[in-house]
Amino acid sequence: MRDLLGWLDHRTGYRGLLRSVLYERIPGGARWRYIWGSTLMFAMVVQLITGVVLWSAYSANAQGAWESVWFIQNQMAGGWLLRGIHHYMAQVTIVLLVLHMMQVLIDEAYRAPREVNFWFGLILLQLVLGLSLTGYLLPWDQKGFWATKVATSIASMTPVVGPSLQQLLVGGTEYGHLTLTRFFVLHAGVLPAAVVLLIVGHIYLFRRHGVTVPKSAKPKEDGYFWPEQVLKDSVASLIVMATVLGLVLWSGGAHLGAPADPAEPYAAARPEWYFLFLFQWLKYFPAGWEVVGAQVIPGLVLALVAAMPLIGQWKYGHRFNLGVGAALLGGIAMLTWQARVEDAADLDFILAKAEADALAERASDLAALPQGIPITGGLVMLRADPLTQGPRIFEANCSQCHRFDGHDGLGGQPDDAPSASDLAGFGSREWLAGLLDPDQVATETYFGATAHARGRMVRFVQRGVAGFTPEVRADLEKVIMAVSAEAALPGQASVDADHAAEIVEGRQLFSSEAIDCARCHTFRDISDGDVGPVLTGWGSREWVLGMLHDPSSEAYYGEDNDRMPLFGVDELLTDAEMGLVADWLRGDWAGQRTPEP
Amino acid sequence: MTEEPQKNETGASVPEESAEPRRDFITGASAILVGALATLAPIGAAVVALIDPIRRVSSASDMVLVARRAAVPEDGSPRKFTVTADRKDAWATYSDTPVGAVYLRSVGDEIRALNVVCPHAGCFVGVAPDDSRFACPCHRSSFDLDGVVNDPASPSPRDMDALEVEVRNGDEVWVRFQNFLPGREEKTPV
Repeated sequence: MRDLLGWLDHRTGYRGLLRSVLYERIPGGARWRYIWGSTLMFAMVVQLITGVVLWSAYSANAQGAWESVWFIQNQMAGGWLLRGIHHYMAQVTIVLLVLHMMQVLIDEAYRAPREVNFWFGLILLQLVLGLSLTGYLLPWDQKGFWATKVATSIASMTPVVGPSLQQLLVGGTEYGHLTLTRFFVLHAGVLPAAVVLLIVGHIYLFRRHGVTVPKSAKPKEDGYFWPEQVLKDSVASLIVMATVLGLVLWSGGAHLGAPADPAEPYAAARPEWYFLFLFQWLKYFPAGWEVVGAQVIPGLVLALVAAMPLIGQWKYGHRFNLGVGAALLGGIAMLTWQARVEDAADLDFILAKAEADALAERASDLAALPQGIPITGGLVMLRADPLTQGPRIFEANCSQCHRFDGHDGLGGQPDDAPSASDLAGFGSREWLAGLLDPDQVATETYFGATAHARGRMVRFVQRGVAGFTPEVRADLEKVIMAVSAEAALPGQASVDADHAAEIVEGRQLFSSEAIDCARCHTFRDISDGDVGPVLTGWGSREWVLGMLHDPSSEAYYGEDNDRMPLFGVDELLTDAEMGLVADWLRGDWAGQRTPEP
Repeated sequence: MTEEPQKNETGASVPEESAEPRRDFITGASAILVGALATLAPIGAAVVALIDPIRRVSSASDMVLVARRAAVPEDGSPRKFTVTADRKDAWATYSDTPVGAVYLRSVGDEIRALNVVCPHAGCFVGVAPDDSRFACPCHRSSFDLDGVVNDPASPSPRDMDALEVEVRNGDEVWVRFQNFLPGREEKTPV
């Protein structure tokens, strides 16, 4: 073995290299304050390892990005942990960078002859911020999509070259496949390569100049990098890793929002926390001054920081630099805090965030169903989901008159009072029993606010049903079961099956002398009545679609339809939209879950 | 193997020979020139391919059918409509896919359309809960229902982007859907 290593050393000279790397002399010995650079190095290695493995499962295209990240997060063994480490290490890196810079500034490690290394560090800082910015878009979720739109909008404000710069970044005029491929090549190719090169230069220059022993430090004997300093660095790296793991476990892993959608608002759009100060900063620049706020001032600040080694040569230069550093840090902390406070007090933001979280959860639930994500991607999957789209369509098209469980479908309250029935539970026994309840039929929940308030149905319920004997009332229960069974609601399937006999009986009782619904309504083979809507298939998907298509047709309200738009006939809604709202009203969607309030 | 390079007082290595023979200049210049020539083609091809997106112009300026007139609230409150159109994204073609959204509003006999994208930094502008104004959730831009900036503190450099509207066949609302560059006073199509 010894011979073999000797042979290798003779050919490569590795022993000398190893010795010069490990036995770097440290004047004044190893110290805890020298750990920051090493922890950053450790963080970079972690990002490289986790990043490359994430890359092995990631697909950079508009129908593959969200989908592959969902797969990594939810299906791949340990994928959530891998992505969680990558995500939180990126955040911890920013903190470590700040600590490293503070140490350099306080210990005067930026002064001659270390100017160039300080500038290398500044470039590295920007590269790391660039990595964060590009990485934020890659999952192609609503959060990353809208935050990055703001970032590229800011790029487009650059004088003269702005629009071209934006087009280069975005890969065209619209966000799409090429935006992802280009951001990905920056995130996983160009920027990491630049980081590695600069780190090599940074460490080379650091070795050349050696550590900066703080003036205040007690004199100690000289030591060596190996093993004294390496032990301290390792302990620090372990603490960093433990922090990251703690964050991953505490949060349950990195968040994945709903798939990016250019046509759906995302009112919870915020950048990562370490860019929040810039976000807040932009609020203070009135019209016409955004370039100043977004580019000129940050550019000048960066130039001032870059000039620190030169300023440091002046007598009070170091104190001045310390002041600038403290002011910057304080200002950034202040702006970040303000952004947080404003968001915490902003009800719209809180609601938007809750809504976004619910949507993200639903998208993930849908993807986890046996049918999974279609080839057309997660967004198309979400757009075909009645639970997601039904309330939106209802709110926009139905809530001017109808309510759903007292609200507009999305939980809001329209300005005008309802003027049609509440459609929550439409088709169910409960809904029908309420309609046939003398105390409820003329309330806002049913016909109270409609033209039918003085119609025959209300009269029948308030006079006829109110006077039913207990026996007839029991028969009415069976009629309710029979008519409600027409809807074949998924949520009522087992109850309907249990009451098969009562349902058959109820169908007979429909036209019984005491109840006599058939006087006005057509039902199955009983077709005497043509006053009210046909009740064959009442509440079924076909029935609801027919109602939406043309409520004025003879099978529905005919001439009695006073206000319901003919959604199908007048092409106010597409067939797909009507299907979505019908399915939602009927509680018919994949992956049963109670609707959001 | 273990010999240390010579160092001067600042620790920098001293080159063994600092004077370069003059005749080597031509050789050196030729080496650089020939090397540059050899890499010209790949670098040229790379640059041309990288800047390809710049020469692409947006094609999304045709009129698209957005809604039926009856779907626009008569009381003048704005309503959001998704704009769907055929779109080519790099290698893929999408038919009838959502490309953006507009607010439609009925003013007298007229229908007006505003792009939902904030002219400040590109966020999706929302409608205040009481339908009284537009409010951007990002940097607090604020506009009245005509899309005009209505707050001196609003950071938006211009009003919301009005789009050309045409009502065809009595009830079809067609809109010339376009996006514009954010963050500038003039309305420049993307």
